[in-house]
Amino acid sequence: MHIDKDLVAASATPLVLGILADGESYGYAILKRVNELSGGRMEWTDGMLYPLLHRLERLEYVKATWGTSDVGRRRKHYAITASGKEALAERRQQWAVVSDALKQVWQDVQPGPAVAEGWA
Amino acid sequence: MSDQNGNDAGPAQRTEPAEHVVLEEQIDLWRGYVQRRRAISAADVDEMEDHLRGQVSDLTAGGLEDEEAFLVAVKRMGNLDEVSREFAREHSDRLWKQLVLVPEEPGDSGRWRELAVVLALAVGAGIVLKVLLAATVGNELVLVRNGVFAVLPFLAGYFVWKRHVSWRVSAVLLAITTALALVVNLYPFESGPYQEPGMTEFLAITHTPVVLWLLLGVVYAGGAWRSSARRMDFVRFTGELIIYLALVALGGGLLIGLTVGTLSLVGVDFEPFFADWLLPFCLPGALLVSAWLVEAKKNVVENIAPVLTRVFTPLTIVMLVAMFVVLLVNGPLTDVDRELLILMDAILVLVLFLLLYSISARDPHAPPGIFDWLQLVLVGAALAVDAVALTAMLTRIAEFGFTANKVAALGLNLVLLVHLAWAAWLATGFVRGQRTFGAIERWQTAYLPVYAVWATIVVVAFGPIFAFA
Repeated sequence: MHIDKDLVAASATPLVLGILADGESYGYAILKRVNELSGGRMEWTDGMLYPLLHRLERLEYVKATWGTSDVGRRRKHYAITASGKEALAERRQQWAVVSDALKQVWQDVQPGPAVAEGWA
Repeated sequence: MSDQNGNDAGPAQRTEPAEHVVLEEQIDLWRGYVQRRRAISAADVDEMEDHLRGQVSDLTAGGLEDEEAFLVAVKRMGNLDEVSREFAREHSDRLWKQLVLVPEEPGDSGRWRELAVVLALAVGAGIVLKVLLAATVGNELVLVRNGVFAVLPFLAGYFVWKRHVSWRVSAVLLAITTALALVVNLYPFESGPYQEPGMTEFLAITHTPVVLWLLLGVVYAGGAWRSSARRMDFVRFTGELIIYLALVALGGGLLIGLTVGTLSLVGVDFEPFFADWLLPFCLPGALLVSAWLVEAKKNVVENIAPVLTRVFTPLTIVMLVAMFVVLLVNGPLTDVDRELLILMDAILVLVLFLLLYSISARDPHAPPGIFDWLQLVLVGAALAVDAVALTAMLTRIAEFGFTANKVAALGLNLVLLVHLAWAAWLATGFVRGQRTFGAIERWQTAYLPVYAVWATIVVVAFGPIFAFA
């Protein structure tokens, strides 16, 4: 399923922070986790993950360290920081508000799919 | 050469099972392609390569062939332009190429160790120079003769360490250097009444640095001095070193000027300390640190010497044409002496540098362009000016006979003339589309040892030939 670019961009930060809140990880593993969570329906452009991770690093939401993978390649690991956890909590509240509002909207427009297709 | 530290070892140097050769090549190509984006740093490429490999191995585990898996993985990585734009938005500073001299991440201590080696060698050269200075009080000629022997071996030592040069090569070079030092110091050169060097001694002193510098090229090339590419690297290194050294010297001069000025206000004489301690340690220090900077920046920052050639090639053409006209109009050149010949040598060396450094940075596969024509004009003009001067000089020499200075200047002129004339011939073929650029490049590097041979002849043979006058 194709998901709108803006929606992906808006949800990427909380997704990545949320995944890292579970424990330290690295680029490819984060991406795999996103796929798992969305049942493969959220397809990110892989390359875009890295500028995002670097932005989070600059904002000090995550801390990066270079380690080595099991086959001895250089690998950059990311771990969430205290301010990252704060940011995550804040995003979570924001998303809760948005999703509550959306839920009510979906209920109001009952025969959803037909209308949605008409507008799409 | 493979880097033993493995810090910047590319994927090609890793041992992978033979069946993945194609995949490794493709990943290599992809790396090169991504690395060309300025906004994406080498570390980012490492990170993305790790991602790519993870994706590929998951896909192959799922039953895809290497090649298919690679294509899918690259596709999923996304449009490189967009990714690179995203990187640029995050790291706009990277569009200015940045030089990381020492690592910021702990654990990567190679660069720190290198800096320590450089500084230790600089201090070593400083001590030797200081000892030499103390031992030669009142006999400055000995200092001038031996200064280069005190400093350059330490620079060579840096490259011996860095390139893991074999003991055999180092020993041979050391032997040649020692032999030269003995020649320069033990030859019974005659000097003038005020201790100024005689002609042959002066020539020996000015030509030894050339020999030693070209010997340094052997070490720089890690012993592979026959390789045309390594020789060209040494040419590039030399050009950049000169520029960096000039910049470091400017900065150092500014600091010293400020110090002297401030100290003189409070009545402290800085001069003795400056001459006795600061200079002997700062001069080799500046050389070694500049060499280290050039080594470190190699791939990161654009070379500046080729940029300067672009600026100065047209200007030099104007200068040469003006000279040619003036020489022809104001002739016949009957009153000229060897100064004209030395000036001509200097002009040819300048033209050679302009040629060499623009060649060193040219993409060999690019078709001939306007700048190649300009260079041809440049060399042609230089040869024309030299021909006028040379005919005048030859008649003079025929009249008044040879001296060591005249032969040295004339010899250098001929060596340069052959170099430039053949380069012009090759360049003509190239702009006409009959030759590849590779031929021009190879000629430049193939000819370099001739300078070493000529300089050695001047140092070693001119004394005996001209009775050490």
